[in-house]
Amino acid sequence: MKIAILGMGCATCNKLEDTVRLAVKETGVDAQIDHVKDIKQIMAYGVMTTPALVIDGKVVAAGKLPSLADIKKMIGG
Amino acid sequence: MAECCKTDKGDKKKINYYIPFLLIPLAVLIYIFLEQGVDFLVYGILNLDKNSHLTESIRFFLYDTPKVFILLTVIVFVVGIIRSYFSPEKTRKALEGKPLFAGNVMAASLGILTPFCTCSAIPLFIGFVESGIPLGVTFSFLIAAPMINEVALVLLFGLFGWKTALLYASTGLLIAIVSGWVIGKLKVERFVEEWVYEIKAGDFQMAEQKVTFTDRIQAGHTAVVDIVSKVWIYIVAGIAVGAAVHGYVPENFMASIMGKEAWWSVPLAVLIGVPLYSNAAGIIPILQALLEKGASLGTALAFMMSVIGLSLPEMIILRKIIKIPLIVIFISVVATGIMIVGFLFNWIY
Repeated sequence: MKIAILGMGCATCNKLEDTVRLAVKETGVDAQIDHVKDIKQIMAYGVMTTPALVIDGKVVAAGKLPSLADIKKMIGG
Repeated sequence: MAECCKTDKGDKKKINYYIPFLLIPLAVLIYIFLEQGVDFLVYGILNLDKNSHLTESIRFFLYDTPKVFILLTVIVFVVGIIRSYFSPEKTRKALEGKPLFAGNVMAASLGILTPFCTCSAIPLFIGFVESGIPLGVTFSFLIAAPMINEVALVLLFGLFGWKTALLYASTGLLIAIVSGWVIGKLKVERFVEEWVYEIKAGDFQMAEQKVTFTDRIQAGHTAVVDIVSKVWIYIVAGIAVGAAVHGYVPENFMASIMGKEAWWSVPLAVLIGVPLYSNAAGIIPILQALLEKGASLGTALAFMMSVIGLSLPEMIILRKIIKIPLIVIFISVVATGIMIVGFLFNWIY
């Protein structure tokens, strides 16, 4: 599974990355985590609010910080 | 205990659903009887000297702090629920293809209601430009979003009454509409970084999730926790400063520097306010103290609007996508608007 966090280094964006890493660790899902900080790449997903969470190329959350439980559900753990 | 709470996640949401509705009537009751309660505590139980400045300061602090917090919690909760119906994506869709002036009006109004954080200014700006929304309309949105702030609105309402709150919201909206329109007329497209136009934004289709009313209550709850945990310290500090000035600074001390006779006080207030950044919460109790000591309403409002509406951090973010001349135009147009509002208020009152 490929997980991407879209964010330009804001505090919430970094928090999202931490939460995702924790979710992956706790569920034991096999995933590759990427933190995309380049605005051109971020815009390629078409989101207008950061942080955004992308799982296998699909935007699943934008402009908010989903809870640990929600992220676990999204990654199917 | 910790184990039990982890598994009880499902129930927690249900509890959140009705607790706010039980708390609102309680908050209203406290709000109504607050003044009598504080007077009873200060003069009755503590038996403080009625004529002392210190007593006045203590009374001011004890009365204003709970009052402001009750108002803040209730309004932020309600606004949080309202905002859950809006999103930048929906706003963009609504603005697409709108003619210039009508577009400015809509963008400014939606700027108030759409959840937006300055840190998302860049993707939002590019997203708007991408779908052909004129720059002037985009700026109306970017000006209104921080300038008309629910926390400021609550505090103005609670501390100065509904007229001041309404004047703030309507003139703020007017500044956003007119400034955006002026910027649109100035043909500033060439001052946007070239790469912005080259970006090919993806077609974003987020999986439509069913949003239940419980989710919206949850959104209101999250907004309260988020905002109150961020601003409470500024509010307490602000009210404390207000209380100190309330008790001690001689009446009309500020009148000579910030009163309406000093015409230069408005541009000066804006000049000081623009680079400063504070959240609305921290600045309003200070304004209250200033006003009480003779600063004029126009000067005080102009100061507040320039502090929360324009800020150095926001300009640094925007600099990544727009060139210096446009930043200068942006600041000058909005600052001029704020000054006009300041002069207008000083002249009316």
